Amino acid sequence: MAPAQGETALAIRGLGMVYRRGEAAVAALAGFDLDVADREFVAIVGPSGCGKSTLLKLVTGLRPPTTGSITLYGRQVAGPRPDVGIVFQSPVLFPWRTVLDNVLLPADVLRLPRAEYTGRAMELLDLVGLGGFERMYPQELSGGMQQRAAIARALVHDAPLLLMDEPFGALDAMTREQMNLELQRIWSARRKTVVFITHSITEAVFLADRIVVMSPRPGRILEVIANPIPRLRSMEDTLRPEFGAMVHRVRGLLGGTATGAAL
Amino acid sequence: MIARLRHAALPLAVFVIFIAVWETIIRGLDVPSYLVPAPSAVAGAFWRGFTEAHYLTHAAITGFQAVSGFIAGSLLGLAIGTLVVVFPIAERIVYPYVVALQTVPKVAVAPLIIVWFGFGMESKIVIVALVSLFPVLVNVIAGLKAVDQDRLDLMSALGASRWQILRYLRLPNALPFVFAGLNTAIVFSVIGAIVGEFVGANKGIGFLILQANFALDIAAAFALFVVLSIMGVALHAALQWLQRRVVFWAQAEEHFRA
Repeated sequence: MAPAQGETALAIRGLGMVYRRGEAAVAALAGFDLDVADREFVAIVGPSGCGKSTLLKLVTGLRPPTTGSITLYGRQVAGPRPDVGIVFQSPVLFPWRTVLDNVLLPADVLRLPRAEYTGRAMELLDLVGLGGFERMYPQELSGGMQQRAAIARALVHDAPLLLMDEPFGALDAMTREQMNLELQRIWSARRKTVVFITHSITEAVFLADRIVVMSPRPGRILEVIANPIPRLRSMEDTLRPEFGAMVHRVRGLLGGTATGAAL
Repeated sequence: MIARLRHAALPLAVFVIFIAVWETIIRGLDVPSYLVPAPSAVAGAFWRGFTEAHYLTHAAITGFQAVSGFIAGSLLGLAIGTLVVVFPIAERIVYPYVVALQTVPKVAVAPLIIVWFGFGMESKIVIVALVSLFPVLVNVIAGLKAVDQDRLDLMSALGASRWQILRYLRLPNALPFVFAGLNTAIVFSVIGAIVGEFVGANKGIGFLILQANFALDIAAAFALFVVLSIMGVALHAALQWLQRRVVFWAQAEEHFRA
């Protein structure tokens, strides 16, 4: 049932979200349209409060949208679905479970055979560079290692779509660079469709096939920029002039309204 | 080992000085032993108690009542607390009675429980269960409700059922709270057993304390206090031991979340 390459994985149409608090209503998202192709890596960048996290909550089915629709692999999203893996900003690991048991949590919840998935979880731990740490508890690991475990957990039930909500936002700059390289490697090894939310422009340009730039609240799409830099990218690629030009362009879109001057 | 000895040296020295001063004052001022006994008299009573007066048997009875009442009360608190959180309607139906029960001093109810359950150990176990139920119940409810939104979102995004969220997230999350309640309950349980024995019993440490008081054998009463505090410390230590093994992550939790 694996969709063919190039097929649309995620189709978002006219998505809008209004939060109501008594009389006051805050529009977090308005008229949001986006198509994500199967096995594509899309990054979404925008200022704080532009509705990035709202978008993620809607796509995962944690909340129903006020208007519009989300279609995932041909079926409308009406609630949480097992064909989505999520990585949050914080690792959200359970301290009473070992690293391996944390990675197996989706298997437990989805009632998948543990024996079969244990082998798969061990493979994934190797893939994210945590081989040999499976018996440890999350609190014994560093922040970067915890986030790697969270990525392995999101991959364990083999969901075709991976949603990542600023997954490296809490890491220091060096670990973050390392994790960007690792994520690219994992993505090319497993070929997932990835929607990656971030507020780091360089991270978005480094990782994504396309970069969606959002406006301040209510969040709308300002522009979708295709990224021509070939895979696999290395840190040296960030020094290429076309990389700099893309970063500059995204920054211009984001900062243009705030500074009132074209950069 | 030497480091441990050094660690214990100062408190031990203070203890020895305290006992020596106490002994000197009682002897020097000729305080009658039916008011305050000298430490040597207490030690003598303690020794006679275990060799002649079957303190060990009585202590075992009080200890058994305290521990079994504690276990029964804790399990009941755990069950009611879980029920109340899982079925919010149960909170509105059951909780008012539980709070009403808690506001009634157990000492006032104790005579009635003796009437219902007799002079034997059963009545004491019921009293202990009643006093240890509440601290556990309150903490179970708090622990089951105090779940991080991120963790709940993770479970919801996986499509977890209410039962799965309870089993994989809420119950383990509540355990450190449960142990906070158990630590209070274990102290209450010894108090409950003694209260029950005061009201009506023919065995146990509480019964012996009453007897010693009637006989103005204050040295024996002091010796029994020592027995009680040893019992309390032992129970507390056993619970601490269990806590370190069961909720091994609790100390690291704060650091982990940061």
